[in-house]
Amino acid sequence: MFTRKFIVTLCCGLSLIFVQNLAAQEGPGLGVPITEEDLAPWDISIETDGSGLPPGSGTAQAGESIYIAQCLACHGVEGEGQPYDRLVGGHGTLDQLDQVRTVGSFWPYATTVFDYIRRAMPFNTPQTLSDDDIYALTAYLFYLNGIIDQDDILDASSLAEIEMPNADGFILGYPL
Amino acid sequence: MKKTSVDDSNLEVVAGNGLMHRRLFLTQSAAMAGGLGLLSAQAAVSTPLEIPPWMKAPGTHMSPYGQPSQYEQGVQRIVGGAPGVVGSGVSFTPLEQLHGTITPNSLHFERHHSGVPNIDPDAHTFLIHGMVERPLTFTMDALMRYPTVTRIQFLECAGNSGGNLAPTARQAPLGVLHGLMSCSEWTGVPLSILLDEAGVDPSASWALAEGADAAAMTRSIPLEKMMDDAIVALYQNGERLRPENGYPMRLFLPGYEGNMSVKWLRRLKLTSAPTMTRDETSHYTDVLLGGKARLLTYPMGVKSIITSPSVGLNLNGPGLYEVTGIAWSGAGKISRVEVSADGGNTWAEAALTDPVLSKSFTRFRMAWRWNGGPAILKSRAIDETGAVQPTRAALISEYGERPNYHNNAIQTWGIAENSGEVSNVYA
Repeated sequence: MFTRKFIVTLCCGLSLIFVQNLAAQEGPGLGVPITEEDLAPWDISIETDGSGLPPGSGTAQAGESIYIAQCLACHGVEGEGQPYDRLVGGHGTLDQLDQVRTVGSFWPYATTVFDYIRRAMPFNTPQTLSDDDIYALTAYLFYLNGIIDQDDILDASSLAEIEMPNADGFILGYPL
Repeated sequence: MKKTSVDDSNLEVVAGNGLMHRRLFLTQSAAMAGGLGLLSAQAAVSTPLEIPPWMKAPGTHMSPYGQPSQYEQGVQRIVGGAPGVVGSGVSFTPLEQLHGTITPNSLHFERHHSGVPNIDPDAHTFLIHGMVERPLTFTMDALMRYPTVTRIQFLECAGNSGGNLAPTARQAPLGVLHGLMSCSEWTGVPLSILLDEAGVDPSASWALAEGADAAAMTRSIPLEKMMDDAIVALYQNGERLRPENGYPMRLFLPGYEGNMSVKWLRRLKLTSAPTMTRDETSHYTDVLLGGKARLLTYPMGVKSIITSPSVGLNLNGPGLYEVTGIAWSGAGKISRVEVSADGGNTWAEAALTDPVLSKSFTRFRMAWRWNGGPAILKSRAIDETGAVQPTRAALISEYGERPNYHNNAIQTWGIAENSGEVSNVYA
C-alpha cells in the first residue's frame, strides 16, 4: 500500500502514471510460499536478543587454534591488527581524536560478532566454519578483550547475555 | 575550464568578487547567443577552414554496444582498494569530467564489501520472511512481471567527502574528493507491493536486507521507509543493472546512505527491532567528539559541490566563466543554491536547471567575471525542508577534525591570483 506522502508525490508530478500504478499495485501475486524449514539455511542473521543463535558451543581455548589457522594472517597475533582490522584493545580511547575502534572497545552487541563471522569470515572462504568453531572464535575475541574468561563456555544463552563494554556508547539517529 | 572573453560591462554584478545575476542563465539562449557567443568570436584570429579527413571517407560500421570516443578514454572511474582483498573497496565517479545530472552506468561509483558476485539470474531467488503471514520466494522471471516505477535519484556513500574533515586539505580531482556519489534513472518494483503480498505482521517495524555477495552485506531498514518509496531496482538508466551495481536486483532507498541500498538483494526478514549488524554498528556510524557515536543515521544531508572550476580545472585568464555544480538532498528537492566568490562574505543565487527532482542531482549555474585576482569559491544548498548545507567548521565542532561519515559540509575552492590554479582549501 502506498503511503499518503508517496501518493501526493506521484499526484503532483506524474498523475497519469499514478493512475496506472494504483490499478496495478496489487501485483500479479507470483510469490511462491516456502516453509520455515526450507528457508532455514538462508536465515543466518542473529538478533540482539540472541534469537537466531544456533545450537553449539565453544571456548576461547578452543578458539585460539582456529584463530591462528583462519584469522591471524589478516588480523595479526592475538587480534592486534595488520594488515587488516584490529580486533582487540583500544579500550578507553574513544574520547580521543585518534580513537582505536575494535570489537572490544567499540562494538555494542555481542550477537553482531557471531553474526558477522558466520556470514562474512574468513574473508576468502565465508560460510564454511562450523557453528562450534564460530562460538569458539567469538569466545576467543571476547577473552582477548577481557570480556570473558578463557574457560567460559559460549553458547546461545550465554552469548546473548554478554554486555559489551561500549554498549552505552551510542546515540540513536533514527527513532525506534 | 571554458572561458569566454567578453565585454560584460552591461551585466549586473550581484555579489562580491564578480558574481553576475542568474538572469544570465535563466535567459540563457538569448544571453549566450547575444552576448557570450557573439563576443567570443571576436577573440579568434581568422584562419582558412579546411575539410577534415573524416569527411572524405565513410566512417566505421554500427556496433552492438556503443563505447565512448577514443578521445575520451581517459574518463574512467578512479579505483581504490586494499591489496589482497580482491573487489573490496571503492571506485570513484570522475565528477569533474561529467556534466548534466545523469551518471553513465560505466562510471557509477562502486563500494563492495567482498567483491562483485557473478549471479546467474535464473539461479537467483528473493526471499521475504520473518514477521509475515506467508513467507514467499520470487524468481527473477516473476519479479519482471510486477508493476514498476521509474525515478531519477542520487546514490551517495555515507563516507563520501569524509576525507575533507581531516586536518589537511587534500589536493586531488573532484572525483577523488567527492566521487562516491552518482545519479541514475532507477526502475523497479515498489517493495510495498511485495511486502503486501507476503502480509506484514502489524507489530513488525524493521526489515533486514541481505545481499547475495560473499560478505552477505546486511542492513536493517525501517519498515516505514520500505513502504514509502523503496524499490527492488531492476534497471539503471534504461538497461539492466550492471553487476557492480547489484545485478540482477538491488534494494534502492531514495535519499538514504548508499550502503543501505543493498546490492544483489536475496533476502528481507521482517523484524520488530534493528538487527544491529556489523555494517550498522561498527561501520557506518558517525563518531562524535567525546567518545559517543551516532548510529542509524539514514538520509544524506543537503549538499552541493562546484564541479567547475575544481582541482585540475584551472582558470585560463581573466574574463567571464560559468561556475557550475550539482546539489542534492536526501530529504527532498533543492530549493535554492547560493554561490560566493569572496569566501562567504557575500552570496548570490545560482540558476537551477530543470527538472528539479526530489532526492536527485540538480545542476546549478552561476556567471562569474574573474578579474585575475585571488578568489575563494563556495556553494551552499538549501532544500525544500529549509535545511541549509552546513560549514565545515560546524561539522567539526560536533565530529572533531578527522575523517567521518555524513560530511555534507560546504566545499571551498581557492583560486590563485594570475595563474588561476584551483586548490582545495579550508576557508
